[in-house]
Amino acid sequence: MTTQASPQQAAALAIDGLAIEMRDVHKWYGKFHVLMGVDLEVARGERIVICGPSGSGKSTLIRCINRLETHQRGRIVVNGIELTDDTRRIEEIRRDAGMVFQHFNLFPHLTVLENCTLSPIWTLRMPQKEAEARAMHFLERVRIPEQAHKYPLQLSGGQQQRVAIARALCMSPKVMLFDEPTSALDPEMVKEVLDTMVGLAKEGMTMICVTHEMGFAREVADRVAFIDRGEIVEMNAPEPFFTAPQHERTKLFLSQILR
Amino acid sequence: MSDITAASNNGAPQAFVRTKASPDLPPPLAVGGIIGWMRENLFSSALTSSLTLLSLLFLYWYTPDLVRWLFIDAIWSAPDGEACRAPGAGACWAYVNAKIEFFAYGSYPRDMVWRVDLTLVLGACLAAWLLWPSAKRKALALVLFLVVYPILAFHLLHGLGPMLRGAMRGLADLFGSKALADMAASALPVVGTNLWGGVFVSLLVATVGIVVSLPLGVLLALGRRSKAPVSRFLCVMLIEIVRGVPLITVLFMANTMLPLFVPEQWSPDRLMRPLIGVALFSSVYMAEVVRGGLQAVPKGQFEGAMALGLNWWAMMRLIILPQALTIVIPGVVNSFIALFKDTTLVAIVGIFDFLRAVDTARLDPVWAGPTISATGYVFAATFYFVFCFGMSRYSMMMEQRLTRGRSH
Repeated sequence: MTTQASPQQAAALAIDGLAIEMRDVHKWYGKFHVLMGVDLEVARGERIVICGPSGSGKSTLIRCINRLETHQRGRIVVNGIELTDDTRRIEEIRRDAGMVFQHFNLFPHLTVLENCTLSPIWTLRMPQKEAEARAMHFLERVRIPEQAHKYPLQLSGGQQQRVAIARALCMSPKVMLFDEPTSALDPEMVKEVLDTMVGLAKEGMTMICVTHEMGFAREVADRVAFIDRGEIVEMNAPEPFFTAPQHERTKLFLSQILR
Repeated sequence: MSDITAASNNGAPQAFVRTKASPDLPPPLAVGGIIGWMRENLFSSALTSSLTLLSLLFLYWYTPDLVRWLFIDAIWSAPDGEACRAPGAGACWAYVNAKIEFFAYGSYPRDMVWRVDLTLVLGACLAAWLLWPSAKRKALALVLFLVVYPILAFHLLHGLGPMLRGAMRGLADLFGSKALADMAASALPVVGTNLWGGVFVSLLVATVGIVVSLPLGVLLALGRRSKAPVSRFLCVMLIEIVRGVPLITVLFMANTMLPLFVPEQWSPDRLMRPLIGVALFSSVYMAEVVRGGLQAVPKGQFEGAMALGLNWWAMMRLIILPQALTIVIPGVVNSFIALFKDTTLVAIVGIFDFLRAVDTARLDPVWAGPTISATGYVFAATFYFVFCFGMSRYSMMMEQRLTRGRSH
């Protein structure tokens, strides 16, 4: 376990406080022990990339942060709010943590614009005009304002994923969670989504990203975590992580995906 | 080969580069046209060809007789059943014409049927407002239809209750108005439900069933899928018990058992009891249809909504139910149509619905004759078919509208 923060990061923590704190988080699916005591601290503005073989628990980990999965032991604090069974707290945490899914999960019965304004209007009680202005602002930022009045299924996969990012940004989240955002895309569409994410990272958004896009990890990650069999095996800055992995399992995994 | 340039790709002999896009060609002629259509749809194989011929033979055999009976030999106007009794006479539409008021209103006092007409017209207008796809201010229409209209309809159809009448008398005393006092005494006299009958009772039972069953069915379906064990258990029990019993039994039970559960002065009206029975019965069927729709909505939709911080009710109302209900439109309308036809069963507990009116009217000795029963039942069948077919077409139109923009 190499979860120790570097001196610079420790300084950042002291100033800004933590965006996410996970302590000894355990989760079981029935008898299957998916997460075996995960410790993770994410400072505000920090970008973490999580990778690992399939079934290693990386998606479960990120989905525990906004309670799409329930952890059964340990402590998770998001933006100073601890996750408990209290529904209001969970909703509050979810409003502050935008999530982007592998399969987009856009609402097919609403237009792109309505997808983006729905939650600001219903959970933040924002007036419709303001919500629409904000949605257009973020749709411009992901470079698809001209698609605002189309339905999601009329767009390409890459465009849908960018809408999903805009939809999450419309809630002004403090943290963005990406769960394999490019895995379901056709190869020629991966870049447009990654470019959007890089732009977001450069603006200082706190990001946790489960992905196999190692180029993206090198470019924007502050730390890369490797998860295998429910625990964080190795976590380090991208340079040492890729050039000098410490753990055997990390070496094996990297040799398999980097070819 | 003119728009293809041979490219020498380091000696690779097969390489070429297209310099112009090839133009679209028209489809082959055999695909379109009447001949093409017939070949494809009527005579595509030996089996379809023989079925086509059999159908044509069947139509040739029966259509002329049917048309003759229904239209050519039919008696369109007559003062009594004399003409209809003549040998070779077809359908006796004169009888339907003479009985049409009875079919429509049952024994409702003839000088007061304007109250029924007004109720029906108001209901039809509100329903049209609600069902018209591009109509504005549907929320207002919904409140009018679900809250204001039932109260208004009750007072129009049943008459002013003693409380309202008393209130009017009080107002009359306050203002010393003679006109108001007269109105308090005589406006909208009570017409007991034992006099209600015919088409309007059928429409009343069907409308109440439809309007109650959709929201109640949605609630039962949500309850059945909920994680709270108590509400789930109650919903499952209600659904399984009511669904496991024939409608006739539910109606008999509503008729004889409902009064036992409440104090005597609260005992529901004789029309109210089958209304409750029909509404409950159709709700549990609706619940299962809606549950099918809820299960067909992908898990990602729930997660997408939750991740945005929507609470459970907002998620259900804004994201899940709109999609689930669109998926189950065919099933919902199927239930509505079944319900509309099942309203004829209320006759068993003494409610004088349309079919019962037809069945009673044919016994009138003035009109008695060999074609009277057939004419009455053909008329009833046509009435039910028109309504059910209308519902079916409307639902297909809505399905197309709602699924627009959901596919590539």
